[in-house]
Amino acid sequence: MPDLRELYQEVILDHHKRPRNFGPLPEGNRHAKGHNPLCGDRLTVHAQVADGIIRDVRFEGAGCAISRASASLMTDAVKGRPVAEAQRLFEEFHRMVTVGVDDEIEASLGKLSVFCGVREFPSRVKCASLAWHTLRSALGDGRDASTE
Amino acid sequence: MNPGVGLGASSVGAGPRVRPFDPASVVPDFPVLSQLVHGKPLSYLDNAATTQKPLAVVEGISHFYLHDNANIHRGVHLLSERATAAYEGARQAVQRFINAREAREVVFVRGTTEAINLVAQSLVRSGLKEGDEIVVSVLEHHSNFVPWKMAAEATGARLRVVPITDAGDLRLDQYERVLTSRTRIVALGHVSNALGTVNPVAEIVRLAHERGIPVLIDGAQAVAHLPVDVQAIDCDFYAFSGHKLYGPTGIGVLYGKAGRLDALPPWQGGGDMIRSVTLERVDYNTLPAKFEAGTPDIAGAIGLEAAIRYLEGLDRAAAFAHEEELLGYAIERLERVPGVRLVGRGAPRTSIVSFVMDEIHPHDIGTILDGEGVAIRAGHHCCQPLMHRLGLGATARASFAFYNRKEDVDRLADALDRVREVLG
Ligand SMILES: Cc1ncc(COP(=O)(O)O)c(C=O)c1O
Repeated sequence: MPDLRELYQEVILDHHKRPRNFGPLPEGNRHAKGHNPLCGDRLTVHAQVADGIIRDVRFEGAGCAISRASASLMTDAVKGRPVAEAQRLFEEFHRMVTVGVDDEIEASLGKLSVFCGVREFPSRVKCASLAWHTLRSALGDGRDASTE
Repeated sequence: MNPGVGLGASSVGAGPRVRPFDPASVVPDFPVLSQLVHGKPLSYLDNAATTQKPLAVVEGISHFYLHDNANIHRGVHLLSERATAAYEGARQAVQRFINAREAREVVFVRGTTEAINLVAQSLVRSGLKEGDEIVVSVLEHHSNFVPWKMAAEATGARLRVVPITDAGDLRLDQYERVLTSRTRIVALGHVSNALGTVNPVAEIVRLAHERGIPVLIDGAQAVAHLPVDVQAIDCDFYAFSGHKLYGPTGIGVLYGKAGRLDALPPWQGGGDMIRSVTLERVDYNTLPAKFEAGTPDIAGAIGLEAAIRYLEGLDRAAAFAHEEELLGYAIERLERVPGVRLVGRGAPRTSIVSFVMDEIHPHDIGTILDGEGVAIRAGHHCCQPLMHRLGLGATARASFAFYNRKEDVDRLADALDRVREVLG
């Protein structure tokens, strides 16, 4: 089996135990709920967007270590960035956990690259991408997101 | 606590061809079990999702395709006659296995889900209406909930949901209370797939019949782990899937009392389910063909018969006793794993253990156990109303079959220590 430590890397475990940007965001103006029907995980992403920039972003909800850490690291990664760039990150992240990306792109993903091991665990890809799908909904039409 | 099923003396396992039961000696009958996963021996503890198939089933299906394959009914050639005989023989095997009065009371369908949809949709067509009520429980698998919800939404009928105790037992007092003159059908599970709780189905049926209400029992989790006698239960309908009974996927059974099935309109139209068709008029066939439109899963039925014959060749009472022992041992071992909390303490119950572990999500438990060769299921088990009732998003579930052994339980418990190492 691909090494479990590839999946449960220190950074992931740390963000799982101490999620960053966790909780409500009263001043948020973009919200969406996400649902992974596979395991019943639900999370909500709140964002405060002004002038095309994600000024603040937080998440709430319960999930597995992978989905929680992914949400936590995602909020860190997109905070302060233009919406368009968050979209690009979403696409590259998604490619990394599904088909894989070259070293250059992986490096450009920074801390998010700790999820590269997820690709070896097909049943967990949806856990890693739930927060991103939900963020995209929040930034887009605000409809509920689902990993299905 | 007595978690056991308490099977008592039953007729199962009696008979001349039966070999004495020994868990180690049945393992070779299931070739899939003898493999390494991720370099570790496989402990397959996901039997409530689907069971493994004995070689006899695989060979029965391949024999059919290699030697007898043809479409059934109306064929005038030898292969069609053989295929028809085999398919109808499978129906008789099911009749014998669940002790139905007649073979025509056995309708072959795709599985439990299709069986329940058949009854629900036929009920809609036979005039379910606003004000009518359908009784289900909070324990139900989605497949014994959603079809009724759909029927209710299509007609304006209403679902009444029987609650459970914190231990996971059905509240029979509450059940009696929701049975009224408006109740058109009761649809309850025999055994909960999430908790293993065994419902007192004969009592459930008796209470409904006192009020003239028909009862459907979802037996998906029961047939493999208890002796099932539909006449003793006296239910009007009984649904189960072949693949949870050591048979193939794609085949299942709707048992219905002949009078009840006769009274229901068909739900799918097509070949085989008609007696005659003119442009003006369609006359429906008699049972069971009326409910078997189109070419059925012939090979699946043959595989199911092979599974039944395999089980008939085991000392089933001893096999059930072994499963009960595994359950007791699993409870004992898991209770000693720090942070593990067992979910559901219904009694009696089958060999299913649901649990949660501190702050660790069941999905993570499942992945780490898989790395140790231990296959379990993590999630809501298609029982979201139940999970909601228990205040949980998901559980981890180990479910045993007679080919599991105590060492599988030991490997499960040891692997849970590893979960703590990785995530604790
Ligand atoms: C209690 C119960 N009912 C119904 C079903 C549905 O069975 P199938 O998917 O074979 O139709 C299952 C299977 O998980 C079950 O456990």
